[in-house]
Amino acid sequence: MICVTLPRFARFEAWRAVARDLASARIPPPEVTWADPDTPPDLFGAEPPPPPGQHKVTATQDFLQLARQAASHSDPERWALLYAALIRAQDDRRFLSNPADPMLDRLSRMAKSVRRDIHKMHAFVRFHELPSEGPRRRFAAWFEPEHPILEAGTPFFAKRFADMDWLIATPEGIARFMGGAIEYAPPEPRPDLPDDHSHDLWQTYFANIFNPARIKTQAMRSEMPLKYWKNLPETRLIPDMLADAPRRVQAMREAGASTAPAFAPKITARLRQPLPETTPATLQDAGAQAARCTRCDLCHAATQTVWGEGTPDAPLMIVGEAPGDHEDLQGRPFVGPAGQLLRTTMAETGLDPGRAWLTNAVKHFRFAPRGKRRLHQSPDGSHIQQCRWWLDLERRLVAPRLTLALGATAALALTGNRQPLTPRRGRIEPALDGGPVLITWHPSLILRLPPDRAPAALSEFRADLSLAAGLIA
Amino acid sequence: MARLTLQQKLAILSDAAKYDASCASSGTTRRDSRSGGIGSAGGTGICHAYTPDGRCISLLKILMTNFCIYDCAYCINRVSSNVERARFSPEEVVTLTLEFYRRNMIEGLFLSSGIIRSPDQTMGDMVRIARMLRVDHGFKGYIHLKTIPDAAPDLVAEAGLYADRLSVNIELPQDASLRDLAPEKRPETIRATMADVRLNREAATERSHTGRRPPRFAPAGQSTQMIVGADQATDRDILKTSANLYSGYQLKRVYYSAFSPIPDASAVLPLIKPPLMREHRLYQADWLMRFYGFEADEIGAAHPSGNLDLAIDPKLAWALANRAQFPVDVARASREMLLRVPGFGTKTVARILSARRNGPVRYGDLLRMGAIMSKAQPFVTLPDWSPGALTDSAGLRARFAPPPEQLSLF
Repeated sequence: MICVTLPRFARFEAWRAVARDLASARIPPPEVTWADPDTPPDLFGAEPPPPPGQHKVTATQDFLQLARQAASHSDPERWALLYAALIRAQDDRRFLSNPADPMLDRLSRMAKSVRRDIHKMHAFVRFHELPSEGPRRRFAAWFEPEHPILEAGTPFFAKRFADMDWLIATPEGIARFMGGAIEYAPPEPRPDLPDDHSHDLWQTYFANIFNPARIKTQAMRSEMPLKYWKNLPETRLIPDMLADAPRRVQAMREAGASTAPAFAPKITARLRQPLPETTPATLQDAGAQAARCTRCDLCHAATQTVWGEGTPDAPLMIVGEAPGDHEDLQGRPFVGPAGQLLRTTMAETGLDPGRAWLTNAVKHFRFAPRGKRRLHQSPDGSHIQQCRWWLDLERRLVAPRLTLALGATAALALTGNRQPLTPRRGRIEPALDGGPVLITWHPSLILRLPPDRAPAALSEFRADLSLAAGLIA
Repeated sequence: MARLTLQQKLAILSDAAKYDASCASSGTTRRDSRSGGIGSAGGTGICHAYTPDGRCISLLKILMTNFCIYDCAYCINRVSSNVERARFSPEEVVTLTLEFYRRNMIEGLFLSSGIIRSPDQTMGDMVRIARMLRVDHGFKGYIHLKTIPDAAPDLVAEAGLYADRLSVNIELPQDASLRDLAPEKRPETIRATMADVRLNREAATERSHTGRRPPRFAPAGQSTQMIVGADQATDRDILKTSANLYSGYQLKRVYYSAFSPIPDASAVLPLIKPPLMREHRLYQADWLMRFYGFEADEIGAAHPSGNLDLAIDPKLAWALANRAQFPVDVARASREMLLRVPGFGTKTVARILSARRNGPVRYGDLLRMGAIMSKAQPFVTLPDWSPGALTDSAGLRARFAPPPEQLSLF
């Protein structure tokens, strides 16, 4: 029987070095016993480790990570188990990628328990401030973890609290951080920590952030297990908080509604200015009213009303279908890919944007959510019908000489004619209110067409924009 | 009025902040204090304590002030409430945050506020506190700022430079309820603020023509909160609103907050017992939408009322309503279908996928891998398990639902 005694600190590295040598001689796991400094083993018949053998010893990164975590478990068998896994992995490491394997399962559970304990250490250590004579503030804490995790758990505090000196004492040992490095020392009796006013404030916070109307002690107990409570001073408040909760809820119910303080109605009256009932007289007022439009149900899902923009007395009005994803987020028309195509084509054909008012037949985005994306949907007849009120108002206020209808929705909204667009494209039709409407493609159609058909549509679109430029010249 | 002590202010302004459910402190940029300053962030979030209401304490969650000019019926701090008022100075907020932080009580600060004077004034003060923490004190911990809708875009833009997370509360699942209960708030400006945060975040990930990255903007993303049970919206309405919000503004989280009695209630909104189970089921449904590939409509359609079954979880409810798709052969099923099996979580499914490459997966293996087989039994076939007629049996729901309770007569 070979007996290996591991040191108090840097134990995993020590195990790793010894285990590598033992494995290189393929010493069978049952022939090795592993001991900690605090648990002296039975020394009868113990042999020193043999010299390294001939076999190559390998371990994957994943295994080392798992082993490092499991090594911080309190189970006295962990070193033997890790050695057995190392030996087994020399011949066939496939078990390490099989979650159904019992040995891997046991190691994984141990590692998980250690990770959780480390996480809880990061959560539940509570520092008390100590008097300090130097420039750095000094803090100390006492903590009792479930597993020997002092070395695995404390580097976190070194990164977080680099500008102060601190000490974490545990039954396993003490971690001291002074001037930028952690040192580990054997355990000492639990230190007496001085009173700290911030802990009183913390208790005040704990008691007041609690909502007595919702009691869910199970969630609290599973995430803050009782074994940690003895070192969490705020948990002493819990019995009283719970005992008092029903009375507080009852008091809220019985108190019922109260009378508002005298100043409240004045403030409310100042803030709640109702919308004017009259039809707006300027495009700006119309835009402000349209921002609150609820004529159809699109406003509930869309971000905001996308009102038109451009020159208020422009000779040309350009009407698209409805805002898309980009327009909806930015609150401005024609800023997405189709809008870009429209704007570049306008520049190419000499259509001055300063002489146009850009808007849409429907002023809210319609979409279907799919995970993290919104799929564009065309507005239907009822949306067009409801939104025509705004389009008509916009047309009266801009009074354009010519209107350019982009695509079928705009053509329908302006002319009331729902016939197919192909024969109508490039022609002028009368609007419902009488003005001339030049019908063309919607730029988003050109973007959607297959590469063999897009160029023809684009040149038609360009020709129509040139025609419009000529008509308003 | 007597001057309040810091402790009294803390009591008032944490009491006023507790109705906001958000507590996350995870998912931000990795950083620590080894190169100066104080604090670290970027790993998993840490919950430093739990209160008996089942909520975690991760951040110092306080209001800057509970004075407010708005009159939202569901809110304890509304202008018409007689609750005691207080206001922290920016220095007090900074000191509390840092002193709690140094004692390892919190991960950082979650700062919200009542609206004082104007949205811009309020947002400006909150941004100032975040700037003091980040710039003057080199604070590397987590900061969550509540964004005030209607605040100027440049204030929101500055807030995103200091805060890890920004949030704007949608408050209620339906626009009409918000107009009724919070007349000073407007759903379209709340959504426009969310859109603004999204656009700012996206702009901050695009390199400039020199190849330089702009500073990160709210690296832990944005979230929102919806109050459940204060209006008549069904769970299906709520989930649809959530789906719209997730898809539109790339939210990290929608928090559901069961409408809870407040001291000094409003006459227009009678107090109810907070619907905690409904809140829990909504969170489960929300998880199904984000990690399990479910659509809001599928979950909502499982029950004709449009509400989730309170007795069983929404995935089980969906499976019971769609039994034609079961049982699933665990050895062959796609990842998408395995995720729909009740009792299989995302981790279990990942383990199944790697285990079945090594050989057949049996009943005992699934138990070891974390599957809840009592739930999964009727919905799977395995080399050593077949549900037989169980999948389509009439009494299947009763196996899972708790026995009905005798209703109290009074």
